[in-house]
Amino acid sequence: MSIENIANDTILEIKDLTVHYVTEEETVEAVNDLSLSVKRGKSLGLVGETGAGKTTTALSILRLVPDPPGRIIKGTVEINGKDVYQASAAELEQIRGNEVAMIFQDPMTVLNPVFTVGEQIAECVEIHEHCSKADAWNRALEMLEMVGIKADRANDYPHQFSGGMKQRVVIAIALTCNPHLLIADEPTTALDVTIQAQVLELMKDLKEKTGTAMIMITHDLGIVAETCDEVAVMYAGRIIEHGTLEDVFRNTRHPYTEGLFNSLPNIHDRKAQLKPIRGLMPDPSNLPKGCSFAERCEYACERCFEERPVPMKHSETHTVACLRYEEDGFQIERSKK
Amino acid sequence: MSDVILEVKNLKKYFKTSKGMLHAVDDVSFTLERGTTLGVVGESGCGKSTLGRSILRLIEPSSGEVLFEGQDVAALSTREMRHMRKDMQIIFQDPYSSLDPRKTVYQAISEPIIKHKLIKDKAALEARVLELMETVGLAERLINTYPHELDGGRRQRIGIARALALNPKFIVCDEPVSALDVSIQAQIINLLKELQQKMGLTYIFITHDLSVVNHFSDEIAVMYLGQMVEKAPAEELFANPIHPYTKALLSAIPVPDLDHKTERILLKGEISSPINPKDECRFKKRCFAACEKCECGAPRLVEVSPNHFVACHLACGE
Repeated sequence: MSIENIANDTILEIKDLTVHYVTEEETVEAVNDLSLSVKRGKSLGLVGETGAGKTTTALSILRLVPDPPGRIIKGTVEINGKDVYQASAAELEQIRGNEVAMIFQDPMTVLNPVFTVGEQIAECVEIHEHCSKADAWNRALEMLEMVGIKADRANDYPHQFSGGMKQRVVIAIALTCNPHLLIADEPTTALDVTIQAQVLELMKDLKEKTGTAMIMITHDLGIVAETCDEVAVMYAGRIIEHGTLEDVFRNTRHPYTEGLFNSLPNIHDRKAQLKPIRGLMPDPSNLPKGCSFAERCEYACERCFEERPVPMKHSETHTVACLRYEEDGFQIERSKK
Repeated sequence: MSDVILEVKNLKKYFKTSKGMLHAVDDVSFTLERGTTLGVVGESGCGKSTLGRSILRLIEPSSGEVLFEGQDVAALSTREMRHMRKDMQIIFQDPYSSLDPRKTVYQAISEPIIKHKLIKDKAALEARVLELMETVGLAERLINTYPHELDGGRRQRIGIARALALNPKFIVCDEPVSALDVSIQAQIINLLKELQQKMGLTYIFITHDLSVVNHFSDEIAVMYLGQMVEKAPAEELFANPIHPYTKALLSAIPVPDLDHKTERILLKGEISSPINPKDECRFKKRCFAACEKCECGAPRLVEVSPNHFVACHLACGE
């Protein structure tokens, strides 16, 4: 395979994924008609507020959505061309860890408190690489060094590490088997800013070194600007804007994305007034029939309440789901500047 | 003309632990003018919440003075203190755990008014609660709902209404927006700002989010391991940070802007232990500019330019 071919290679392809949580009282429509793809070595930022469906999307990639109550209503998830939902248990074990690894938000609860960190990394190596205990242990020590922890701490237990160090251990576990895709679910939310900076820097370095593709799930647009090539903004279970960093940050199109930017305090202009998005995200068990953002949208017209927008291409890389763009000359405030 | 509402002098709070004395707040002094906001920033464990609570005497300070309108809060009797609390309130971080789940919105907001016997008439009390709800932007229909029925933003509004119920002069906001989503966060920040202008409130705004503090505060104090390492007017601090820790902290903020790329200063290591700290600069081990000077004694807070205080041996040219 030539270099160009590798660069064009798609690792993850999600098509029309719909995930609902069905209970006796209600059906929560967590993810709706979501399509997404990630290419080898690229990183995608998945942005949205609490309840937007980011984590459910991530879990569904690894077939980890708890069932019940979670149900995949429709859609496919393909990793390296294999459908995750058709895979056998053995194939699934191969996918999880070897092809796709995940870093969870809270490093405090992910690690097992009664095993040393060395054992936990080695266990992962043993299972996936089918090697001897001694080899696995040596590999664990290597991994610790790689994430910036001295190898002599391998015999320490998780409680002996601080939050930032624990997250490094979790990253080490995720990267032991050189996965093609790393899903990081708010990896730095539980950490302090200076520690967050260290961890992000580490992840960037490792990504360059190993060529792993990444999905960075976050609510922080700042982190996206620093670590990602592409951005997908989620709202009420749908991707409402998707494009390269340049597309989304410089040519913002969707009113919700604009609202997100306006809600952030501008560090370079402290006098600027914050413009919050009015109202709240709709209840995912009772989504409106039209655009789910219509009620909070400054630009909404009657049609927005009636009809659900589908993602429309604005350029080769930039897709936006907003009905108003069907009108000629429609612009949001941010793009007028 | 300066109108000082709060003066904190050499405030210390030590906790006894099995390993020794934990210096949570170590010799912090500052003054705060009426109607202004002091932002207190620092990482987890730097003592910012303990500072806020010691000022309100929600935890007993180990030593030092807190002068609120000239009166030493730490020396008041329980009864005098109760009276004083009407003027000093707090908004807590987590609206999910700071509200009593068995109290309705009405009960939660009216509780402080009843406790302080401010309004005895039932109709007047209800009118006051409705007025407060309107002030903080809670719809009237929510008056009989319980916290679990409400989202984080609304819950935080209840917390704010409770704090406002006694017409305080001074409020400690302890990370009031960290548990909220950005769009809701902006709503609450705007509300707090509006209230300040309307009622002439004085705030201490405790947070770890530097972009929020920059937006909100007149002055900013940076804390590290219990000590104030730098304090300056907000604009000055962001334009001209002097302490190496402040510089690193500012450079660590991820900025959602493709045009402003800042050179990042990465700190080595982690915060050291606040238990029995040595008499030296506490930031020394992580500092990129540390030298031998930093081992001889803890640096004192020195005014390097008008209103700009720094505690660093290198910056102060000692």
